Amino acid sequence: MKDILQELQDRRDVARLGGGQKRIDAQHSRGKLTARERIDLLLDEDSFEEFDMFVAHRCTDFGMEEQRPAGDGVVTGWGTINGRLVYVFSQDFTVFGGSLSETHAQKICKIQDMAIQNGAPVIGLNDSGGARIQEGVASLAGYAEVFQRNIMASGVVPQISVIMGPCAGGAVYSPAMTDFIFMVKDSSYMFVTGPDVVKTVTNEQVTAEELGGASTHTKKSSVADGAFENDVEALAEVRRLVDFLPLNNREKPPVRPFFDEPGRVEQSLDTLIPENANAPYDMKELILKVADEADFYEIQEDFAKNIITGFMRLEGQTVGVVANQPMVLAGCLDIDSSRKAARFVRFCDAFEIPILTFVDVPGFLPGTSQEYGGVIKHGAKLLFAYGEATVPKVTVITRKAYGGAYDVMASKHLRGDFNYAWPTAEIAVMGAKGATEIIHRGDLGDAEKIAAHTKDYEDRFANPFVAAEKGFIDEVIQPHSTRKRVSRAFASLRGKKLENPWKKHDNIPL
Amino acid sequence: MFKKILIANRGEIACRVIKTARKMGIQTVAVYSDADKNALHVSMADEAYHIGPPPANQSYIVIDKIMEAIKATGAEAVHPGYGFLSENSKFAEALSAAGVAFIGPPVGAIEAMGDKITSKKLAQEANVSTVPGFMGLIDDAEHAVKISNEVGYPVMIKASAGGGGKGMRIAWNDDEAREGFQSSKNEAANSFGDDRIFIEKFVTQPRHIEIQVLCDSHGNGIYLGERECSIQRRNQKVVEEAPSPFLDEATRKAMGEQAVALAQAVDYASAGTVEFIVDGARNFYFLEMNTRLQVEHPVTELITGVDLVEQMIRVAYGEKLTMTQDDVKLTGWAIENRLYAEDPYRGFLPSIGRLSRYRPPAEQASGPLLENDKWQGDAPAGTVAVRNDTGVFEGGEISMYYDPMIAKLCTWAPTREAAIEAMRNALDGFEVEGIGHNLPFLSAVMDHPIFIKGEMTTAFIEEEYPEGFEGVELPDEALRKIAASCAAMHRVAEIRRTRVSGRMDNHERHVGENWVVSVQGQSYPVTVAADHDGSTVTFEDGTALRVASTWTPGDQLATITVDGEGLVLKVGKVSGGFRIRSRGADLKVHVRSPRQAELAALMPEKVAPDTSKLLLCPMPGLVVKVDVEVGDEVQEGQALCTIEAMKMENILRAEKKSVVTKINAVAGDSLAVDEVIMEFE
Repeated sequence: MKDILQELQDRRDVARLGGGQKRIDAQHSRGKLTARERIDLLLDEDSFEEFDMFVAHRCTDFGMEEQRPAGDGVVTGWGTINGRLVYVFSQDFTVFGGSLSETHAQKICKIQDMAIQNGAPVIGLNDSGGARIQEGVASLAGYAEVFQRNIMASGVVPQISVIMGPCAGGAVYSPAMTDFIFMVKDSSYMFVTGPDVVKTVTNEQVTAEELGGASTHTKKSSVADGAFENDVEALAEVRRLVDFLPLNNREKPPVRPFFDEPGRVEQSLDTLIPENANAPYDMKELILKVADEADFYEIQEDFAKNIITGFMRLEGQTVGVVANQPMVLAGCLDIDSSRKAARFVRFCDAFEIPILTFVDVPGFLPGTSQEYGGVIKHGAKLLFAYGEATVPKVTVITRKAYGGAYDVMASKHLRGDFNYAWPTAEIAVMGAKGATEIIHRGDLGDAEKIAAHTKDYEDRFANPFVAAEKGFIDEVIQPHSTRKRVSRAFASLRGKKLENPWKKHDNIPL
Repeated sequence: MFKKILIANRGEIACRVIKTARKMGIQTVAVYSDADKNALHVSMADEAYHIGPPPANQSYIVIDKIMEAIKATGAEAVHPGYGFLSENSKFAEALSAAGVAFIGPPVGAIEAMGDKITSKKLAQEANVSTVPGFMGLIDDAEHAVKISNEVGYPVMIKASAGGGGKGMRIAWNDDEAREGFQSSKNEAANSFGDDRIFIEKFVTQPRHIEIQVLCDSHGNGIYLGERECSIQRRNQKVVEEAPSPFLDEATRKAMGEQAVALAQAVDYASAGTVEFIVDGARNFYFLEMNTRLQVEHPVTELITGVDLVEQMIRVAYGEKLTMTQDDVKLTGWAIENRLYAEDPYRGFLPSIGRLSRYRPPAEQASGPLLENDKWQGDAPAGTVAVRNDTGVFEGGEISMYYDPMIAKLCTWAPTREAAIEAMRNALDGFEVEGIGHNLPFLSAVMDHPIFIKGEMTTAFIEEEYPEGFEGVELPDEALRKIAASCAAMHRVAEIRRTRVSGRMDNHERHVGENWVVSVQGQSYPVTVAADHDGSTVTFEDGTALRVASTWTPGDQLATITVDGEGLVLKVGKVSGGFRIRSRGADLKVHVRSPRQAELAALMPEKVAPDTSKLLLCPMPGLVVKVDVEVGDEVQEGQALCTIEAMKMENILRAEKKSVVTKINAVAGDSLAVDEVIMEFE
């Protein structure tokens, strides 16, 4: 009997060593941790329960039958993050370079199925050379099985991908369909075709880092939602993100004890808006001063900085924040910012996370590059996302809300629950100068008259009261009481029930 | 007494004067430029009058604008504060012509002393020892070189109307004399509207010690001890104290008596300051007389209990001094630290912007000022005093138009040692965010052995921080306290994280007791044993620290007791850890479980990107001129570009010999911090 127990232990010991000590050392020398070390950091201590530790591949070509390591290059299972259930798979680069075989895929599919059934997030730690070439189409089939489950899980349980090594070719499409992708700086890259193929086909000389490194995907392509210095930091930050997210779409967002007075007054917000209406200010200061404990988890921090997206808590409960950033491009909407915010709003709506919107938007960015790029349809994505969202929506207009962008930014007309404005708000079709030049076209030659008309227009429209008279603004609030007003608004919306008409799915302008 | 006075100034000094006036039952009028519409002095005053656009030479130093404000508000007297019009005899004359009292000395005294050349002659006539120099004005750069050679390098090139370090340069050779002459002249023209320049011998290894005098218009004059102001950066005072740790009673008396004699020689009637350079043998030389309230006057008030602003107002009203020299007693020790909006990590370059957070330490009353019932705030009494003279508030703006001083933080205690300790604690509890500031540097000075021993000279900063300020390395004892505190705080934060909703019942996360704290390259494995009123943190060597605090996650200031001693930490976030600021150090502290620490140790050190081949803009400012072109070979120290910020021209120089390959800025460009100005080979 003892021998049998010992055999289990021995087999486990072998399996846990993955590709062996030499390859583990090589992984470390690249600044990377092993699949199991990463799981140790991701999950609560001693909470990991492994599945399929002894699964081995079935390939008999190219001498593969000689090497059948237990686990087949991926560690799967479940555990907890701060006591909450999550499913995890972690590719093991020390075993066949983490390449995906039929059985490797089956292991991932198994935990995906369990996650959907049991209502808990899936976290994938990607570190794989790609398809197991020796298996040919069986490997491709495996990818597709994973993709199909990514699609089925979308909007049901949160899916998070962490790219911690190579992720190329077909492999990129599984992370691409998850809710969040994070990368590790200098040790991860993602691309559909690598530098060699690029060179052969297009003659472009490019390094893997330039083509698909963390910087590229967080700043240029927006494929990734964030990048971290190393494995340790990345996994700690994923834990932090999971603390904000509900486990599935049937649950309310999590609540945790908080130490910040919901009625906290911030006098300094009264001077946040500069005297000069065209001067920028940092919208993040408002976000941090409204949030519980100034804790804000920003999503896509380095992309389309003219809009800010991320998670905060109010009274301990998660709230998604969308805010125009006047520091960048005057906070205008454009293709990139609309896409970024639309995706974020839809994530929040899918997972019952209330949405707080701070508005200071002078309109859409004009120009041929925007029109040729299809700003009409991209802008419509954000409009669509806000309009279809049934979660609690609270909006605060701090300064400008001009033109169509006013409508888009969670206006009252898009079923906003609470639409507040600061006294500094200006809700109008456009800025005073532009409006005057159209209305009083006849006086264009006369600078004095135009100035007088502009002043008239400003007096009439450069305030929140015209909109408030019409009920488009529910109340004009003091900047210093924003946290209190917004917290109370969300508190009153905890019982909100709103359903869209039955449909198979909508047809958002993709 | 006056019914209403106008304060022809802004910022902290305007607020300071308003406080005393209010206490005396006098109504106050503030004046303000466009940039100061929401300033603190405006909201503190009973009335406020707008005097023009932001630049001081279009508002605060335009005599006509001030006269207009006086007329419109019916003020009977004007307090000029310091700087601006405080030593402008034309202004005093204009007031006198309008029948308005000037809360300052008579016109004749301002004229005699306000001009450094005249005052030096007068001092010589009064047998006050003076520094050798050239008594005339300098015509041009070549003249400056000639005179400098006659006096002998090093020389000091000074604006005749100068003060506060503006329009002052030290030159060690002909090139620097030429350049110094030009920049002094430019700065003087911009700041004072008077570009007269003179040159004198620069006394090496000097201390700057000044005597506070107080005279009435009835021929009475006293001195209120000295202030030691040796800690200066580019002739701008940073730390002051009273009394001086260097003077003996005899020297104090001699300096004081000479100062009073000099004041009385010009029929001085108000508060004034006679500045001396004192050498290592306690020989003192007259430097100049400031015919106004000094920035650093609070330290004198704290050790004498005399409200100098009140005395100035009374003297201006014609009252006699009610105290004699025998009544003046110096009690305890006072230290002032000037908090500047200057980034010490970037060569003290000015930093402007919004104060997203501004929370000074609580004021506390004690010492002579309290005993004499002259305390300005309603602060609790203690064995140390904390006083903060400020003109800003959280959410306020540090603008590019005026002086970069944010606040004057003063402490008083019965002994110098205790006053320094009180200052260290006060600095630790002073929260300023949104702009760069010199708080860490001030903390470093308070812990510097030369300062602690009181052995500083005016060369202190230059000699002790020749490469600029690069932060503070804390000793092991301090690090252990911080490590223990962070371990306890981290445990609190982690336990809170386990209380999130949606947990698997009966399978909660257990937060452990063993942690590894990494800070400043050190690693401290500890065990945290928490009980109902704190934690015992045990180190590997078996030693333990008892930590107690009411800190909860999100608090940006942690007040902690470590083994019974107070410790105040500024607590911020860095990815995966704490940013801790204390005693001038700015630390990243990570608290990890033993397993996390083991794996973190495997992570490679990342090398910061190489910026050595770039010239980065060190502060937000305006490009005045670019001195080089693409393809130029530049020598180490060669001027590359001039950036103007907060009225100061800052010349950016080549760090090493190289060739300019790209220039991204032209004159007139407005640049942000770290924008690339030019690139090198």
